[in-house]
Parts: sequence; C-alpha cells; structure tokens
Amino acid sequence: MSSPEGETSANGVKIAVRDLIKVFGPHPAAMVPLVRDGLGKAELLELYGHVLGLGPVTMDVRAGHVHVVMGLSGCGKSTLIRHINRLIEPTAGCVLVDGTDITAFSARDLRAFRRRRASMVFQRFALHPHRTVLGNVAYGLRVQGVPRAKAEVCALGWVERVGLAGFEDRYPAQLSGGMQQRVGLARALATDADILLMDEAFSALDPLIRTDMQDVLLRLQADLKKTILFITHDLDEALRLGDRITILRDGQVIQEGTTPEIVLKPADAYVADFVRDINRARVLRVKAVMDGAINGARGPLLPLSSTLEEALTFFHEDPSGRRPVINGDGRGVVGSVGLPEILRAIERPNLDRSGTGGPEARLPPL
Amino acid sequence: MADTNWSVEFPAMDPDSLRAVNRAIDEAYRAFTRTYGAAIEDAFNPLLRIMVWFEQRLLDTPWWLVIGIVAALAWGASGGWRLVALVVGSFLAIGYLGMWDDTMRTMAMISVCTLIAVMVGIPIGILLSRSDRLKAAMVPVLDVMQTMPSFVYLIPVVMLLGLGKVPGLLAVVIYAIPPVIRLTDLGIRLVDKEVLEATDAFGASPWQRLWGVQIPLAMPNIMAGVNQTIMMALAMVVVASMIGVKGLGQPVLRAVTNQYFAMGLLNGLAVVMLAILFDRVTQAYGRRLQRFRDEQP
Repeated sequence: MSSPEGETSANGVKIAVRDLIKVFGPHPAAMVPLVRDGLGKAELLELYGHVLGLGPVTMDVRAGHVHVVMGLSGCGKSTLIRHINRLIEPTAGCVLVDGTDITAFSARDLRAFRRRRASMVFQRFALHPHRTVLGNVAYGLRVQGVPRAKAEVCALGWVERVGLAGFEDRYPAQLSGGMQQRVGLARALATDADILLMDEAFSALDPLIRTDMQDVLLRLQADLKKTILFITHDLDEALRLGDRITILRDGQVIQEGTTPEIVLKPADAYVADFVRDINRARVLRVKAVMDGAINGARGPLLPLSSTLEEALTFFHEDPSGRRPVINGDGRGVVGSVGLPEILRAIERPNLDRSGTGGPEARLPPL
Repeated sequence: MADTNWSVEFPAMDPDSLRAVNRAIDEAYRAFTRTYGAAIEDAFNPLLRIMVWFEQRLLDTPWWLVIGIVAALAWGASGGWRLVALVVGSFLAIGYLGMWDDTMRTMAMISVCTLIAVMVGIPIGILLSRSDRLKAAMVPVLDVMQTMPSFVYLIPVVMLLGLGKVPGLLAVVIYAIPPVIRLTDLGIRLVDKEVLEATDAFGASPWQRLWGVQIPLAMPNIMAGVNQTIMMALAMVVVASMIGVKGLGQPVLRAVTNQYFAMGLLNGLAVVMLAILFDRVTQAYGRRLQRFRDEQP
C-alpha cells in the first residue's frame, strides 16, 4: 500500500500520509486489524469500546499548495494535523515528509524537525502570555538556539509583515483576537519552516476578521509558497483558501479534489449536503465551466481565473453570445464560455427532488 | 489479660510490651545518632556558618541602616507610603522597647530558613509535577509533615544534633516546606495545555519548556507557596525557641512560663510585624512578575 519513499518526493508530494490509523482506548494496537478490515467508528465503539480517531487515511499534500482538510467537529481533522508533527503518535501507518518517515524519528530528530521544518498555528492562538509580541514571534528562533539580538531582528521583520508594527512590546492579553492570531502566524513563519500546519487557525475569529486573516495568509503565501495544511470546518474558508480540499468524516477521507471537483461533483450525499448552501458564483472560476471551443466567441476577453460572479458582468451588453476566455498572462485565448453554462454551475442543486433524504435531516440554515 | 472483656474495653497492647517497643525505637534512633550524628553535624556546619555570618551582619549593621533598607524594600514592594510608615514606625518601636537584637536574630533565621526551603522545595515541586506516581507517594508525606504537631519535630532533631541553631533550622524547614512544594507542583500542573502544546510544536526541549514556559507561568502559585512557607517558618521559629533558637521566641517562651502578659504581647507583635513585612514584599514581587496579565499597557 505505502509508496516507495523516492516516488513520493519525486512528483512534488511534500507530505504523504499512508494508511494512518489512530485508535483511542485501552488496547489501540489490537484494534488496527479490525480498522484495516473496514470496521467503522460506530461499530468499533459499540463492539470494542475504542474510539476511532482516524480510519486508514491516505493523502498527499503537494509542495507549495494550500491543502485544506475539512469536516465537522469530531471528524478527526485536528487529530490528523497533529500527526504531521507528531503531537499525537499514530497507532499504525506512517507520515512521509520529503520521503522521510517522520513516525520513525527519535525524540531528538523530532525536535529538529519541529524546529526547522514544520511550524504550527493554533485555533486558540496558544501564545506565551508572559512574552511580548516580539518575544513570541522570536520564540521559535530562540528554541533553535539563535542569539536573542539576531532572533529579535528577524522577528521584528515578521511582526511588520503581518501588520503589527508598533505592537511589538505589547503582551498578548493586550491584543484583540485577530491581532493575537497575526502574532501566531508570524511566530510560525519566523522559523522559516517550509511546512505550515494551521489547525482551525481562523475559526475563533469573528467573520470580518476571519476574511481579513484569509487575505493576509493568501498574500503571504503568494510570496512564500509554503506547503500549508489548513484545517477548517468552514466550507467557504476551505473553498477560498484551498488548492485542494480533503473532506473527512468519522476519521475517513470521503472526497479529495479541487474546488470545482468538490462543488460540481460531490462524491456522496454528505458532501453534496455540505456544498449545497455555498455561494457558487463566488467560489467557482471560469476555468471550471468553460468550453475548449473558441469559434463564435465575441466581446470582451474574460480572464481564466475570474469567478463566475465576476464573469456575469461580461454578459451585460450581449447576454446571448459567448465570451472568449484568456489565460493567466492575458495573451492566448484558451476557450469560451456562455451564460447557460455559468447559470447551470451557479444553480443550487435541489437534493429533495432526488429523494436522497440527506438535507431533511439537517436543521434549516439560520 | 484473658479476664478482660474485649467488647467493653479496647484490647490494648499490654504496657510492658508497649514500653519495650518504644524503647526499641528509641534505642535504634539513638544508635543511629551515635553512629551518624557527628557526620551529620559536620555536614550541616557550612549552613551553621552561613547562618551565624548572616545574623552577625544584621546585628552589626547600624539600626538606622537596617530601617533604611527595610523601608526601601517596603517602598519597592508596595509603592505606597502607608506600608513604609507602618514598617518604619514598628521597627522604631521594636528598637525603643529593647527587642532589636531578638528581632534581627529572628529575621536572620527566617531568611535562611526560607532560602533553604525554597531551594529544596521548588525542585521537589517540579519533580512532583512531572510524575503522578511520585506525587501519589509524596502527598501523604506532605500531609503528615503539615499536620504533625510541630513540637514533635523537635525531639528527633535534638536527639540527633543537640540544642542550637542547626536543629532549630532543620525543624523550621521541615515544618515550613510543604506549601512551597505543593504550590510549585500545582502551579506547573495548571499551566495551559494549549500553550504547552504550542511550545512542543516549536521543538522546545524539556529543559526549554520548563524554564521558558512552565516556571514563568507557574510563578504566581510558586510565590504564593513561598509566602505561605515564610508564614509557617515565622510560626515555627517561636516554637523552636524551646530548643535554644535565639530570637523573639525566647522572650515569648519566658513570658508563657512566667505569665508576663505584656512581654509576650510585645514580642508577639514584633513577630506580626516581621510577618507583615515579609508577606507584603513577597506578594508585591509576585505581582510584579505578573504584569503581563494586565489588559492595558
């Protein structure tokens, strides 16, 4: 099942999770064969009294991607992310980072890995209350053994980059939640680790601040090109940030794919139910719905990466025609798109009509 | 014994065997004392010298300088004139009423005892916080240490080391050390788990975690423990006068045996003064360490 080590690092895979199983309970190791045979979370709890944290999970995170893992609370997403830097030890399976199995690391290697290769941002910030903003941001470097003066110069640069210039001598208790999480982000970035683990990093913030923080992250990521594993329960956030999205339920991967794949081809009723209420016009891009045929297209040139919401404005003058689509650098015409495709993609699927019964089980949206 | 009805009277051990048991324990302890007493006394010699040196410094320092230093401490701790005025007034009264030397001796004793209790107690507290099994074993010992009538400590230390400063110091430290151990353990255990998880996630070694995060965040509790330890040491120092510890305890002891009410009261009030001084200074120091918790800069 597990890929050879060379293969994973060759094709741009940064983090490869292979058959990862986590069982909580008195005899977790004894449960591994049962879980491998496909025993689900409910049965394991009922028959054996063990809690299945992660069923066999296999997933790849590509270098330079923002990979979002999403699911409802209790689905195992926080457990999963803690396996990447081994804050939680797996019951079985392995995690390969750049082809090296980190589950085999000694305590010393693991510390070196956490210091230099993977840093983490936490849901409830988890800043050191007795250190100033600067002290918190410099902490990772201080742990690495960088002298104070040098660490603080570097930290100051990151404090400014996350927009907290002038606040470096404040203590966390004196900052708002959004500002504290900026400190958390700066602290994680300061160590220059190429992997960033973000555990519901923006979930504790109110919606406006959350969007703000997402912008900060996207802006930084455009420069930094880190490999980011981002955990969230918020689909809008997942679709906004993720290059790829993995949907988890009861410790198992339900679907993995890009935004249009998840939105337009949900793997099952659970995912379909999830994506039902999102604003499709804003998360889907022209690229996902366009047609390769160019002939007959006329009017203004539509960039490939525009959202469907933006694309609609291109149809004000001439709703019946098709618009040519141009690629990122603005030169080549790569296809065309018409209003009917866009409207079909935006349409909210009515699951009730198909009689799957999924949506009725849910509370009505507020 | 056969004619006694056990349902009416407790079937106690007969007095002869009880006496034999007591004698056996005493003999064993005496033998231990004879064998190791001298060595143990030698081992405590440096401690004795530190204590004598410190006491001598306090006694040699001119009274106005001591009051100046104490007033500066009170000012630094509270930042208000009320505590300074109270302390200066009380020390002047102590000197005027002829209790100066005894007060200095008690101050020296308390300072050295607290220092030792902190130096031994904090590491033990740290160990307890790291091991549940050790904690389970230690807690009953600490319970016994705190509830055992304090006079009982005096007997073995006197048998071992005779009368004087060192046995007094030993008795005071044993009596006063539990709070600092307990509260160090508690403080470290109460440190936010998420903060520790973040610390681990950045690859901190156990040592970096302890000194960089656990101890600083446990400081309010540790300081509360130090404060309690000082208060208990002050209480015990009076009892320790029974085995020849000089200071405010001796006049109190004399007052008790001779029914000198005024003398007992005055010396008692001097102890209270010292307690207030030590308490305020340590509490204010603890607060200063916690400034970061204030919401406003």
